[in-house]
Amino acid sequence: MIRLRELRKSYVMAGRPLPVLKGIDLTIPTGELAAITGSSGSGKSTLLNVLGILDAYDSGSYELGDVLVKDLTEARAAELRNKYVGFVFQSFHLLPYKNATENVALPLYYAGIPRRERFRRANELLERVGLGDRADHLPNQLSGGQKQRVAIARSLVTNPRLLLADEPTGALDSATSKEIMDLLVEVNRAGTTVVVVTHESVVADRCPRRIRLVDGLIAEDQHS
Amino acid sequence: MIDAALEIFESLSRHGVRTVLTLLSVAWGTFVLVVLLGAGQGLSNTAGHEFRDDAVNSLWLYRGTTSRPWDGLPVGRSVTFTNADLPFLQARIPEIDHLTGRFYTWGGQQISANGRSSDFDVRSVHPDHQFLENTKVVKGRYLDELDIEEHRKVTVIGVPVAEFLFRGADPLGQWISVGGVPFRVVGVFDDDGGENETRMVYLPISTAQAAFGGYDRVHQVMFTIGDASVEESVRIEQEVRQLMSARKRFDPDDPRALRVRNNVEGYAQIVHILALLEAFVWLVGLGTMTAGLVGVSNILLVTVRERTGEIGLRKALGARPSSIVGSIVAEAVLLTGVAGYLGIVGGVACIALIKVGFPDNEYIRDPAVRLGPALAAGAILVVAGAIAGAAPAIRAASIRPVEALREGAQ
Repeated sequence: MIRLRELRKSYVMAGRPLPVLKGIDLTIPTGELAAITGSSGSGKSTLLNVLGILDAYDSGSYELGDVLVKDLTEARAAELRNKYVGFVFQSFHLLPYKNATENVALPLYYAGIPRRERFRRANELLERVGLGDRADHLPNQLSGGQKQRVAIARSLVTNPRLLLADEPTGALDSATSKEIMDLLVEVNRAGTTVVVVTHESVVADRCPRRIRLVDGLIAEDQHS
Repeated sequence: MIDAALEIFESLSRHGVRTVLTLLSVAWGTFVLVVLLGAGQGLSNTAGHEFRDDAVNSLWLYRGTTSRPWDGLPVGRSVTFTNADLPFLQARIPEIDHLTGRFYTWGGQQISANGRSSDFDVRSVHPDHQFLENTKVVKGRYLDELDIEEHRKVTVIGVPVAEFLFRGADPLGQWISVGGVPFRVVGVFDDDGGENETRMVYLPISTAQAAFGGYDRVHQVMFTIGDASVEESVRIEQEVRQLMSARKRFDPDDPRALRVRNNVEGYAQIVHILALLEAFVWLVGLGTMTAGLVGVSNILLVTVRERTGEIGLRKALGARPSSIVGSIVAEAVLLTGVAGYLGIVGGVACIALIKVGFPDNEYIRDPAVRLGPALAAGAILVVAGAIAGAAPAIRAASIRPVEALREGAQ
């Protein structure tokens, strides 16, 4: 599970500290599907970066399962990200010169898994997201929805504890958005904790728990 | 390992034209360095060649005319050498190991035998002269002490002289006439100095002085000083000036009363100039190479900037900073390594062509690339490649995934 206590972070802007997260207390149990919403500037991106071990925080604590994520070296942070966190981005971020299998296999390369094993697992995941027949396609030969499926397969290939999706449907039409959300719900049902950052209520409404940030603090925390 | 290599290859081949241009610029720099080094070696060989026929550890004394009054004596006095000056110097300067005088019979002498005659130079010397001029006896013997003591009428003649006078017949034991005086040939010599040093006959100095009216006059005194350093040679030179000035009564600081050619110093100067030349060559070559390397660094920087999003993504997926740095430095080292190899091979080939194309070039003799400098250039390239890769790599490593991914967002 994820546990944040009194988490604070500020950026330095023009020589002055600008607080962005002002003491977040949040617990997300294993297996939950949660949405984080909020207007721009509410701190939701920053929270996502902290949760994804992409950025450090100033004070408080962040526990991811049994690991205290605090004061890490870059190498250690990279290792934890690789092992425990999967990312899905709004703009997919697939490498354009690698085919679907190679893109999905990339995190396993940094985990030190042998090539053959990487590709076996990558193809398995592509099969799972329904793209088994597109394994050797390059990203520009895929539709937006298909690209996001590849990205989701990539985020799951290391069996992470936490899947972080940053506006996963932001670049997709509503039909495709629904498909992608269906897929994320399915992933969550299979046992992975999923946190979706979004400003779309359609997306947030698919999540059993909705957390709304306002001005660096949790303003609302709904369960349904 | 294979994966890492594939990644690098992929990255380089995605920028084919750019990669080739960078390769060319570094290869060109290396090529220039290697060719310059080879040419420098050729110049150095030339200098060694110029000195090859004389002992480089020798001091030559020439007679002069006083240019300063001294001890009540006027300027314009001739300073002369005599036979007695040689044992005088030998006794007082322990460093002397070979000592000889030279007595000239002015102008070429008519030399004849077998009804043929021609003008050849005549040098009348002591036996040690052989060591001063690096004379090579190819037949018979050189002059010896008994020849001097007994005023023997013997001569050692150069190969072309023997060829001219005897047309392939054995000259040993034959008599030749030198300016009307008969001398018996006891040896034939050769000299690396070429025609100028071999169209000549050597006579015992004592015989020549007696035969050509020289009394005990000596025109030139030459001696070697073993393996003395430049400083020692200069000290010996000064010692000789002191001794001779006291003996011949001239101002020891008079530069024109006694002229000394110090080959030790002269050779050291040439060696020094060549060292400067080599340093200059390295400077120019390294400069050109540096320009190429800056190009490599620049291109990688551009690549890194272009790939900011990709690098950020890789970091998000778990790439450690060391893996990012490693791949970029490896890319740089591979680029410069391959380019350097091409440049060195091309340079060596060019030197070889020069050698084949101009085999008898007087100024650049036997240009060659020594193994050491070639390897050094190679090693420098690899290190420099790593340095060229360092700046872009550090930039790449400092990319923050958060910002990179945001930047890459549409």
